[in-house]
Amino acid sequence: MSLLSCSELKVDIGAKPILASVSLSIAPGQVTAIVGPNGAGKSTLLSCLAGLRAPTSGQAQLGGVSLAGMKPRDRARRLAFLPQTPEIAWSVECRTLVELGRTPFIGARGQAEEDQAAVDRAMAAANVMAFEHRIVDTLSGGERARVLIARALAGEPEWLLADEPLTGLDPAHQIDAAALFRRLADRGVGVVVTLHDLSMALRMSDRIIVLAEGGVLADEPPASALTPEILRRAYGVEATLTQGPGGPLIDVIRRA
Amino acid sequence: MKPVSRPLLYAGLVLLLLILSGISLIAGKVWVPFSVWTQPELDPRWAIVFELRLPRTLLGIAVGAALGLSGAVLQGYTRNPLADPGVLGVSSMAALGAVLTLYYGVTAVAPWALPVAAISGALIGVGILMLLSGSASSLVTFILAGAILNILSSAGVSLALSLAPNPWAVNEIVDWLMGSLADRSFEELKMAVPFIAVGCALLLTTGGALDALTLGEIGARSLGVSMSRTRWTLALGVGLAAGASVAVTGVIGFVGLVTPHLLRPLVGARPGALLVPSILGGAVIVLAGDIIVRMTPAAGEVKLGVAMAALGAPFFLVLLLRLRRKIA
Repeated sequence: MSLLSCSELKVDIGAKPILASVSLSIAPGQVTAIVGPNGAGKSTLLSCLAGLRAPTSGQAQLGGVSLAGMKPRDRARRLAFLPQTPEIAWSVECRTLVELGRTPFIGARGQAEEDQAAVDRAMAAANVMAFEHRIVDTLSGGERARVLIARALAGEPEWLLADEPLTGLDPAHQIDAAALFRRLADRGVGVVVTLHDLSMALRMSDRIIVLAEGGVLADEPPASALTPEILRRAYGVEATLTQGPGGPLIDVIRRA
Repeated sequence: MKPVSRPLLYAGLVLLLLILSGISLIAGKVWVPFSVWTQPELDPRWAIVFELRLPRTLLGIAVGAALGLSGAVLQGYTRNPLADPGVLGVSSMAALGAVLTLYYGVTAVAPWALPVAAISGALIGVGILMLLSGSASSLVTFILAGAILNILSSAGVSLALSLAPNPWAVNEIVDWLMGSLADRSFEELKMAVPFIAVGCALLLTTGGALDALTLGEIGARSLGVSMSRTRWTLALGVGLAAGASVAVTGVIGFVGLVTPHLLRPLVGARPGALLVPSILGGAVIVLAGDIIVRMTPAAGEVKLGVAMAALGAPFFLVLLLRLRRKIA
């Protein structure tokens, strides 16, 4: 299986440096969480890894091939991206929205039988079959988030990159989404998510990358990534790591 | 409302178009009954049908198709149901191009100069829109850019009018600006249709990209859609189709605005699914409008462009109010 990687990735927005020389290599079949304070460059890094933002210097690669040099359609077949604030411009049916995930596969003849089968599988996986024919405007925020996850899965990608996929979900749906990401990773899909909820990051991921001030502060398995020392340096807070009944918990005590 | 099945919708629209085309050939100040059709060589009214009404009808279909499709594509691209070649200033830029050729009297020597100038105007207009939306693609910028184009072109037209060399030129410009299908010949048809056909063909290729744009620009790009290709295909397509339409009929507004909107409840909101129905729907609306203006009991004929604007403005207002309620 191919690796998703970047080497000496540097991104400036205007004169402001967002990422300064980030090098990473991410393996498929895992859930990788990118965390860090606001403005650390999480979303920028994710969109570079998705091939949707050209870095100022350095490059992102999929299986050793530069994403920038790849045909957009070929890239889109292998790699799905869920933006942080997804826009849904028209009042379409949920199924129509999920079908958009098949865009990179559709030829001049439109949706084929296998496209419809893939849409069915994606909707079943994200548990949204029940509102297949509902108009997206009538869904709750959580339902809509699940439909958008189904849209990303419809292309049956090797990689799923999701920017803050748990934001706006209630605890039950957060658990569902985390379980879905886990199932995908078990099937060999590379899942990369940015997260704000650090306890959730500890519980759902195999690897945590901590970004701070444009660089990688830590890149470790969950058990060793979010130590009090790293949390102090990344977020400027005093925090302890405790073991709760449901898994590890991060308790933020005060500003450092 | 539940979307109607596609074959049924197409059949309905085609049938409506055929009926209206039939009426368009016989209706007007002089009614031409079907009996004329059986012995065309004996009846002088046949000339009315063949030389006046046939080109007028065909031109109505072509222009309606071009405007309806341009509107559907622009709405899909901007993700805004208020977009249309008229609202976004593309038509008025085409008009400015055409007016300049009328002003300089070029059309008398070179009749092809008018469509070329109108298409150039439309291409410049839509090019400016695309450049603006490329750097900052917010819808507000887009609509404001359209407003600027409208202001710019109407200033240009006013200047041409105030500096016009003789009253005859003023008359010609004003008459042309109002938008009409009256007294058009096969010449105009031959001039416009090739450009309209190429423009429409280009626009029809954008369906998949417009669908993907439902998820916004980032969403569409993540699905492998090339935004720059979409943008330039669309600019060229709208420039050719809308520009060539304005070149032969003047500005007929609101067709592009109204057509997709009327079809959306029947087809569903997916932008790509609206394209072909908007071709048929635009043709139906322009033909219907033209038949109505022909039949108005006035000394002169009400200009189609004027009638469309009178019907379109309240429609625009209702849309705006509904959109505001949705946003609020």
